[in-house]
Amino acid sequence: MYFTSYQFILFLLILFIAYYLVKKKYQWILLLIGSYIFYAFAGIEYLFYFATTTISTYLISQRIKKVKIKQKEYLKINKADLSRQEKKEYKKVMKAKQWHYLLICLLFNFGVLGIVKYTDFMIGNINGILSLFHGEPLSFMNFALPMGISFYTFQSMGYIIDVYRGTCEVEDNIFKLSLFISFFPQVIQGPISRFKDLSQTLYQEHDFDLKAISFGLQRVLWGFFKKLVIADRILVAVNTLIGDPATYDGIFVLVGMIYYAIELYADFTGGIDITIGVAQMFGVHLTENFERPYFSKNIAEYWRRWHITMGTWFKDYIFYPLSVNPRMLKFSNWSRRTFPSGIGKRIPVYVSSFIVWFATGIWHGASWNFIVWGLLNAVVICLSEEMKPFYEWFHQHFHVDGKTSYKIFQIARTFLLMSSLRILDCYRDVPLSFAMFGSMFTKFNFSEIFNGALMNLGLSMIDYIIIIIGVFVMFMVSFMQRKGSIRERIDKKPVIVKFFVYYVLIFAIVLFGAYSIGYDASQFIYNQF
Amino acid sequence: MEDLLEILEELHDDVDYETCTTLIDDKILDSFDIVTIVAEVNNVFDVQIPAEELIPENFNSAKALYALIERLEDE
Amino acid sequence: MKKKISIMIISICLIVSTFFLLQNLLTPKYISEVPEGSLIGEYYKEEKYDHNVVFIGDCEVYENFSPITLWQNYGIKSYIRGSAQQLIWQSYYLMEETLQYEKPDVIVFNVLSLKYDEPQNEAYNRLNLDGMKWSKSKWNSIQASMMEEESVIDYIFPLLRYHQRWSELTSEDFEYLFKEKPQLSHNGFLMRVDELGVDTIPEAQPLADYQFSDNCYKYLDKMVELCQDNGVQLVLIKAPSLYPAWYDQWDQQMQDYAKKNHIDYINFLDDIEKIGLDFQHDTYDAGLHLNLSGAEKLSNYFGQYLQDKYHIKDSRQDKEASVRWNKKVKFYNDMKEDQYQELKKYGYLKSYGATEK
Repeated sequence: MYFTSYQFILFLLILFIAYYLVKKKYQWILLLIGSYIFYAFAGIEYLFYFATTTISTYLISQRIKKVKIKQKEYLKINKADLSRQEKKEYKKVMKAKQWHYLLICLLFNFGVLGIVKYTDFMIGNINGILSLFHGEPLSFMNFALPMGISFYTFQSMGYIIDVYRGTCEVEDNIFKLSLFISFFPQVIQGPISRFKDLSQTLYQEHDFDLKAISFGLQRVLWGFFKKLVIADRILVAVNTLIGDPATYDGIFVLVGMIYYAIELYADFTGGIDITIGVAQMFGVHLTENFERPYFSKNIAEYWRRWHITMGTWFKDYIFYPLSVNPRMLKFSNWSRRTFPSGIGKRIPVYVSSFIVWFATGIWHGASWNFIVWGLLNAVVICLSEEMKPFYEWFHQHFHVDGKTSYKIFQIARTFLLMSSLRILDCYRDVPLSFAMFGSMFTKFNFSEIFNGALMNLGLSMIDYIIIIIGVFVMFMVSFMQRKGSIRERIDKKPVIVKFFVYYVLIFAIVLFGAYSIGYDASQFIYNQF
Repeated sequence: MEDLLEILEELHDDVDYETCTTLIDDKILDSFDIVTIVAEVNNVFDVQIPAEELIPENFNSAKALYALIERLEDE
Repeated sequence: MKKKISIMIISICLIVSTFFLLQNLLTPKYISEVPEGSLIGEYYKEEKYDHNVVFIGDCEVYENFSPITLWQNYGIKSYIRGSAQQLIWQSYYLMEETLQYEKPDVIVFNVLSLKYDEPQNEAYNRLNLDGMKWSKSKWNSIQASMMEEESVIDYIFPLLRYHQRWSELTSEDFEYLFKEKPQLSHNGFLMRVDELGVDTIPEAQPLADYQFSDNCYKYLDKMVELCQDNGVQLVLIKAPSLYPAWYDQWDQQMQDYAKKNHIDYINFLDDIEKIGLDFQHDTYDAGLHLNLSGAEKLSNYFGQYLQDKYHIKDSRQDKEASVRWNKKVKFYNDMKEDQYQELKKYGYLKSYGATEK
């Protein structure tokens, strides 16, 4: 069930009405049932994967909890008898026990994820090596990838690590835990929630709160607008450009980069708007996943503002543990002594960064282009860290820091840089991506786009007008958001204004959305019958 | 505390660490800084800050960070 | 609270009425462009449902038979429920629907559509289905007709299907936003007086398999059964359009089927000379469809057959019927006159869905 399908709207309507009709203490059960129905639409067989993750997470979390309770009780009873050293020793043993449980859970679930997602990628690489030695290629496994597996695996593993760390409560009700893992608005594309945050509102009893519901609805409509009016419309041109790299090189790569940046942003943030808005309509508060990322002034900032919950996940569960574990600290000490100039301090961080970005890349997709994309991100981040002294000198020397024009330059630079990296995401082929990037400089011919070629990408003049207006509205909304919630401001306006907002949004989506089968008069040309 | 302030000041010399309580919330310290701090603290105080303690509450102010170090030293 | 609720109700009403207003505006009007889209809906404008003969089928019925000629020469009251590329299940459900309105003596079905086993084209589906009033038959017809990418909600709310048409709106769309659309057909017959003689007929390509599908036979069986249950004579025909090809193997299957079920099957392709068709002058598109002159000849021939074989009552003495039908005849003659005028003036039938030659 896509968010933009009729099915989903109907599903949502039924669930919504039922949600506020049942007794409040059953509301979360309804959400669980709804989530499983939603998930079953993608394929009943996938529920099996889903259940496995849920059950394994539950069992292990209970084990860890038991160990923690035992430890607490033991320490309490023997408080007086134990020396500090003995206590420490005991804690260490218990921690190791928990660690083993955690490890089983992580290995099992990431193992499942790895097998279904990466087996064919590995086989492809092995075949590549085999072909060098004229070996017989292995056949692909073609596992069906369960919907949202990367997201729910990350969310549940985040939970189990938090349990291990003792930074969140342990959920004793397996059905409640199951709802946390399966909550339907976020199961396809995130945000990746933390149990500590989501559990606060997920299981609560919710009154019919008109304000919250209308805020949610507004957000959902806004998401639909971004997805249907902008993203799905410009997608046609993006596909044309990417689909024919031989024709569309040089300046068209730049055009493609920008179109793709618009498409990706409108589609992804639109989807997240729908997710968060839907959750809000059910009284559930989800973490924000974007914070106007295209206004970022450097790439590190961009990654703090784009797909935030994913970035946080990688930071909290991979980057930090990697960077602060004793071995890394030892390495850090060694590196400092060996390279005393300051870079020695940073090398360990860079090593962690590359590992994290490798993981981030491969998480996005099982192919080399994503790995290269991830590593290039790390390269850019580390390089800009190294260039900090130069920037500082530059800022002081030219007195540009804080000036609006310089800010705009920084924003444009970051935008173009990120768009360039995304070429790897577009062509999904590493050599081709580099060739296309190179062609921008070797075959750059500005006049090419003014000979009507932009009209041959599958978009008419009217499509362009809609896209331009849509992007302008999107930009203005982002711009205004800097001064706080727009919906709060609308809420304080007279009824007629509020009505107007709904009215315009609804009919902009209905009329200008690229959904259903487009009416094409040429189809009706009377030919044979 | 003196030692800690020294570590921090080496990272960003334009911040008043004695009063600032929003080092993370206002994005003054990023994840690179935090990792550097952990390494420095390990060096100077011989205290290992585990990953689960790398949360905003512990890094929002120099005071909180110092409290964390003291707590870890104690354990 | 009361105030809040009333504001909400008013808002919802406004949004709903805008929706339907836009729907009326954006749904194609099928008047000067693709007029065949109006055919199915015009049936509901009939004053009285007392037809002796109802034709059901694709363009080979609505372009080739003239109910007015049948009336003028034989006093037969007839109606054509035809639409472009009407598929057999659509014909079946139209038949089912028609029988809710009336019980004619004879239902004539053109068998060309047996060649299509599955839905062909979304655009033609719309031409066939949009005009139907809501009924169980329509619902079933939609279910049977939908292409993979279609969804039933697009039929319930056509705006969802036609929402992008705002860039192609014409004055016609505004003119008939509320106003009733003008009558275009003559009891389902779409008149064309222009001529385009047959030059060459594309050669029929041999097929791998000539057997009509089980699915099509299923609907044909259902038609036979439905007519029996309602005491209506079913007559199968193949209109004398020169192409698309009507293969001998197909013809044989129909002959066998008719024999087995004790119904009539007439292949007019065998009777072209007896009908007196001259494919230099009696077609407007080189043999696909007959023009007015051809349709009148064919109707005259078929009217005789209907009278001889099924003894259809001559209603020309019926005063009330005469009054009704004379109006139809006048409309017919006026349009004929108008089309000749237009042909003279522009060289093609500009306002009758023709394209400039």
